[in-house]
Amino acid sequence: MAQVRSTLTIVVTPLQWSADLPGRLWGWGVDLLSHRNALLEENETLKSQVLLLSKRVERMAALAAENVRLRELLHAVAVDEENFITAELIGLDADPFTHQVVINRGREDGVYVGQPVIDATGLMGQVISVAAYTSRVLLVADASHAVPVQINRNGLRLIALGTGAIDELRLAHVPDTADIEENDLLVTSGLGGRFPVGYPVAQVTHIQHDPGQPFAIVSARPLAQLDRSRYLLLLFPNARQPWQPDACRSPINSAQCRPHRLEDTEPVDLPANAFADETEQPPAEAASTQASHSP
Amino acid sequence: MAERQRGYWLISLTFILGLYLQAMPMPDGLLWWRPEWVSLLLLYWCLEIPYRVGVFHGFVLGLLLDLIEGSFLGHNALMLSFLAYLALLVHSRMRMYTLLKQSLMVFVLIGTSQLVFQWTQSALGATASTILLVLPATTSAILWPFMHLTFDAMRRRYVQ
Repeated sequence: MAQVRSTLTIVVTPLQWSADLPGRLWGWGVDLLSHRNALLEENETLKSQVLLLSKRVERMAALAAENVRLRELLHAVAVDEENFITAELIGLDADPFTHQVVINRGREDGVYVGQPVIDATGLMGQVISVAAYTSRVLLVADASHAVPVQINRNGLRLIALGTGAIDELRLAHVPDTADIEENDLLVTSGLGGRFPVGYPVAQVTHIQHDPGQPFAIVSARPLAQLDRSRYLLLLFPNARQPWQPDACRSPINSAQCRPHRLEDTEPVDLPANAFADETEQPPAEAASTQASHSP
Repeated sequence: MAERQRGYWLISLTFILGLYLQAMPMPDGLLWWRPEWVSLLLLYWCLEIPYRVGVFHGFVLGLLLDLIEGSFLGHNALMLSFLAYLALLVHSRMRMYTLLKQSLMVFVLIGTSQLVFQWTQSALGATASTILLVLPATTSAILWPFMHLTFDAMRRRYVQ
């Protein structure tokens, strides 16, 4: 049935594309007619932003290399960089009951169902159907979406449910005694097996302890700009990588490309998971926490 | 036979336009107010030329709408088939009505089909239940007289 659907979707792809055309033309017109000073100003802001980011990347390269070496010392599992492709939004859902968007990447680009999608600021959602040249993304705010998260501060694992409101997520089954505060950052825990670990999802906005309720009522605001982002990133976590870039080319991966000199040395005598990652749980627990949406 | 097929391009064109308007991105707040373009068009053609446009057209349009909106395949198809069926039931009566009365009838018909849509949606899974679903029916009813007059002129010239 999914096959039939994705084939049929090709029929309506031109319609979807052309429905987005006015917005596209408007954006183009605004670019064309924008004021020179405004452009110069934007240029300045972008330059300073690039400076800031490149400074961070410089440190990041060193830290990442150090991290890889330390993990090698501990014989821990290597954490791979995720590959990604960029995508552009070409359509919104016309139905106000759901939160979905259509993007301009499809099976031809290696997109698959269940693929995580992020934007510049956080997790957007996941791919729920793929056609040849387009695919459909379910946003985290949709009422049928759930994502396993953890609090960045202390690693407490929770599940963030969409509510149907674009700016609110609800955390399910939070004990009244749980260590959770307003403004806590929620990042993906990677336990559902669908989203890679460590991407920011939401920020806790409100906690209510109601003695009449079995659990605390916690709401959070999604960090991704669900209703504004036009450019998205499709991640390829773990083995499903469409292309294999030369890992040695980027400074961040260079540490992984060195020959394994450590193998000659004696293994450090430490308990196996003394420093193991917080998120590496036994499979049974991981399975019970899994709450990814399956359309 | 040629006479029966006359102006089919116009009907198809209006349906494509309707799908286009239905798929057009809109701000979130305005989304509730979007008239049910496809339903309106289907209703119009079903009332005016019931021997040429009917349940089958509703079904095909609904399938296309499902593909565009990404909803369950057959969801909109059911709603539009139902609407076409209702329109065929009442078409001879509706022709006698004044435009205002027709508008009221359109509100009822589109409201009913929206209700069917909601029922199937809640049967299919999680949904926000709200009375806001009458808004599209309202805007559709308001649009109906204008659409009726424009389309009548077009229909007389090209279709029959």
